[in-house]
Amino acid sequence: MSECLLSVQDLHTSFFTDAGEVQAVNGVNFNLDRGEILGIVGESGSGKSVTAYSIMQILADTGRIVGGKILYKGEDISTWSEKQMQNFRGKACSIIFQDPMTSLNPVFTIGNQLREAVILHTDKRGKAADDRVIELLELVGINEPEKRVKQYPFEHSGGMRQRVMIAMALACEPDILIADEPTTALDVTIQAQILELIQDLQKKMGMAVILVTHDLGVIADMCDNIVVMYGGRICERGTAREIFYNPKHEYTKGLLRSIPNVNNMKKKLVPISGTPINMLNLPKGCAFCARCDSAMKICLSEPPEELWINDEHKAACWLNVRDAFEKGEASE
Amino acid sequence: MSETLVEVKNLKQYFPVRVGLTKTIPLKAVDNVSFTVGRGETLGLVGESGCGKTTVGRSILRLYEPTAGEVIFDGEAVTGKNIQRMRKQMQMVFQDPYSSLDPRMTVEDIIGEPLDVHHLCSNRKERREKILELMNYVGLNAEHARRYAHEFSGGQRQRIGIARALAVDPQFIVCDEPVSALDVSIQAQVINMFEELQDKLGVAYLFIAHDLLVVHHISKRIAVMYLGKIVEIADADELNGHPVHPYTQSLLSAVPIPDPEITRARQRILLEGDVPSPLKMPSGCAFRSRCRFATEKCTQECPALRDVGGNHFVACWNR
Repeated sequence: MSECLLSVQDLHTSFFTDAGEVQAVNGVNFNLDRGEILGIVGESGSGKSVTAYSIMQILADTGRIVGGKILYKGEDISTWSEKQMQNFRGKACSIIFQDPMTSLNPVFTIGNQLREAVILHTDKRGKAADDRVIELLELVGINEPEKRVKQYPFEHSGGMRQRVMIAMALACEPDILIADEPTTALDVTIQAQILELIQDLQKKMGMAVILVTHDLGVIADMCDNIVVMYGGRICERGTAREIFYNPKHEYTKGLLRSIPNVNNMKKKLVPISGTPINMLNLPKGCAFCARCDSAMKICLSEPPEELWINDEHKAACWLNVRDAFEKGEASE
Repeated sequence: MSETLVEVKNLKQYFPVRVGLTKTIPLKAVDNVSFTVGRGETLGLVGESGCGKTTVGRSILRLYEPTAGEVIFDGEAVTGKNIQRMRKQMQMVFQDPYSSLDPRMTVEDIIGEPLDVHHLCSNRKERREKILELMNYVGLNAEHARRYAHEFSGGQRQRIGIARALAVDPQFIVCDEPVSALDVSIQAQVINMFEELQDKLGVAYLFIAHDLLVVHHISKRIAVMYLGKIVEIADADELNGHPVHPYTQSLLSAVPIPDPEITRARQRILLEGDVPSPLKMPSGCAFRSRCRFATEKCTQECPALRDVGGNHFVACWNR
């Protein structure tokens, strides 16, 4: 077993809006090992991005962590002060966002913005800092970095900007890189370049990556382990192979049925019925029960516990509990 | 091959871009594009952002006045004069279900507007019945007719947009990225609806999207665009199984496939660099600046679409 870098334990994050409390994240647990690529997949509103933002403590003003722990190398960072967090961000953990167009400041040059990250987090100054900036741009595969540092974000394409964001995130070689929908705003051929880059850098620097996305293709391509979220809860987790070839939660099964089947393109899609849940009004039981075709009575009243399917696979669905129970009875 | 419904011939759409104080240069958003869509057929149109696929759709419906070329619908050329009448046959579904519906109109009025414009209903009762029938078609609850667009989710709004397009009983609908703003589980609902409507009504689609898996699923044939030109057009399975143009090859190899074993075993053909600016297009073949096979000839002359057999057309000198 490799070293556990980050451990999220029973995390609850809520947003306090005029319409009431929105429990965006509702008891999320996971561990991240050194060198692992963990995928968090879910639809909009499933709480996947909020989980990532909670780790970095960059929630919007109305949002707050209301329960649970986030352990980084054994220390609970959810209680850290803003000052302590500033050391955590960048050095221990960095984040890149979906939209490279808006994450960069349009009135400063690329070089200026990268130098800021280097100076804030390392002891490099002057020429040494400039050299580090060039080195970072070379690392993320930007041609003619000496010319690029003098340019502004608008002079770069979307893919280039995302490379600059990655360079900035890697400025002080963090242990963890959180990528929040890093390629959603990019075209497929550029997406392939960026994913390849993240994989390369991950291997080279041995960091752990949390990849947050809604794209099952990207997840299948990149991740060792996958966490599937719905309605602020984890409904299933396991290795990529287990999730894709042996899904045990009705939501995961539904997701996989609702995308075109690569082996049989003309096969009719099976959509998940209903509409996404209203986070203001979460059901008492399983978050997915209203859209689940196999929902039972207990699903409406009690949230399911996660159950081990095998050594590398867990799912939170009452159907599995029932199946296990029936099997157990049969063997008795 | 089914009977041709829409024929696009040498369509050109240039937009003037100002450089300096008085000078303008043309931005060739669509440059000499020709294709046909058969009756009841779905033609997929794919390409990266900025390649002109949306502009093609809009030019067909004359939301832009084309610079040159013709669109022939059912044997009759579409012109500025007859477009009002033609739009009874050709409709459009837009990408963003949030901005393509008027927030101050009820669903009933949104769907009813095309009926009013084309004087399709003689009295209020008939109009109302037609609207409820359309809502029923696209799976919307008839009780919601008096609601406003903001009261619906993204998937339901897209259904309203589709009901509006269907109101005039069109034979051809341009679907401009109709599912890309929706969540995966909702996407499948809308895609299935498009397919069911086609079976029921025999309507033809030009399905514009950047999600190649979805396009492959829904289309009979697929056209691939790069910088304003169609580089390859073939049957959906043929194109995905045997892409010939180097751009199509790398585009397909870049699509992440939701299956860990297949996607990891696959060899990606990574393209160097970015799409050139359409204002500074390379001479000759537009793709040559990123092409692995580019030769001297590619810099001089732009290749035309050429038949490589089996209804498969490619614009490349080296293939």
